[in-house]
Amino acid sequence: MANTKEVRKQIASIKSTRKITSALEMVAASKIKKTQEQMLRGRPYSEKVKDVIGHIANSSSEYDHPFYQDREAKTVCYVIVSSDKGLCGGLNTNLFKKVLVEAAANKEQGVEVSFALIGGKAVTFFGNLGGKILSQVTKMGDKPNPEDLIGFTKVILDEQKKNSIDKVILCSNRFVNTMTQEPTLQQLIPLVNETNEGLSAGQWDYIYEPEAKTLLDGLLTRYIEALIFQAVLENGACEQAAKMIAMKNATENAGDLIKELELLYNNVRQAAITQELSEIVGGAAAV
Amino acid sequence: MSKLKVNIVSASEEIFSGEADMVFATGTLGEIGVAPGHSPLLTGLLPGPVRVASGSEEDTFFCSGGFIEVQPDVVTVLSDVAERADDLDEAKALKAQEEAEQELANQTGDVDYARAAAQLAEAAARLKTIQKLRKNK
Repeated sequence: MANTKEVRKQIASIKSTRKITSALEMVAASKIKKTQEQMLRGRPYSEKVKDVIGHIANSSSEYDHPFYQDREAKTVCYVIVSSDKGLCGGLNTNLFKKVLVEAAANKEQGVEVSFALIGGKAVTFFGNLGGKILSQVTKMGDKPNPEDLIGFTKVILDEQKKNSIDKVILCSNRFVNTMTQEPTLQQLIPLVNETNEGLSAGQWDYIYEPEAKTLLDGLLTRYIEALIFQAVLENGACEQAAKMIAMKNATENAGDLIKELELLYNNVRQAAITQELSEIVGGAAAV
Repeated sequence: MSKLKVNIVSASEEIFSGEADMVFATGTLGEIGVAPGHSPLLTGLLPGPVRVASGSEEDTFFCSGGFIEVQPDVVTVLSDVAERADDLDEAKALKAQEEAEQELANQTGDVDYARAAAQLAEAAARLKTIQKLRKNK
């Protein structure tokens, strides 16, 4: 049977771990609100860009941009958004699993797969996997800057324009609520052309300065950047929420464990006392 | 007199949303002023101030480039957060690519680093526990 000193040592160690997890829980809880606000603040931009693109698509359809071309998918690029830090439960792992299943199915059909990675966890995981990595960004921090994504996105878009990628899929966690984060795959390229209801097609056209092609190219690039950036922000909110839940569970588990160990400690102590007593009584009887 | 609905947004936040009589901005082909009833226009923006005039008041916002879309009664300014130029973008793209390649080259190095960090954390936690135990005695 374990001795009292060992049990005491274990209790102390779990208690100090519990302190850490409960501190992390509080940190995550305080960050949740900030990250959610960031997530909401970024939304108007991508909505507005989408509106404008919808208008252009309605007004002049003679120009066929590469991002709209629905080519036969021979190569697929997965853009994977993950967190930089761990300790957030199954958030990243669930997403990676989903991507791997998809990627494996694609590979079986002879489709080439490549990755573009955001966040340290994705870089470590997919780097060890040995897939083709086009570009990567890490350490975007609590306050991601869209500037960090410009180069990252350009690499992917250039490959697409060179016909070496046919399809781009954005993989990230969608924030449902604090308890639920859902790993989702969203097709970025080819862009799905949504018709705008408010404006009738072909009735009018913009005055373009300088010309439609340049403007559309710039806008579409920004649109895709905005979508990826939005995913990064959303993932940030998911990370903090998942972290809070994971740390909360860990703190509770530590409490349970401590209770059990304290019970064990009392048992062990009492057993030792009983044994000593019976030894004394036995010794006295022998004399 | 009808008013213009003005929205100024950037990727990280909504900068301005409201009504105005007139909007001034620097387009790629020159200064433009937009009054209600302007014909549909789409143009790039140069880095510079965007002025929104409403009555006697005038608000000025700085935009580091982007796009401006004009509908007869709506003006949307899509502001960039960073200065953009083709060669600047190119340099950033190269950097992102290089980082990915570097990562592949010293893969083992990075994993070892993670392992070392984990070991360090464990050792530190142990030390702390020991110290605490000593104090308790």
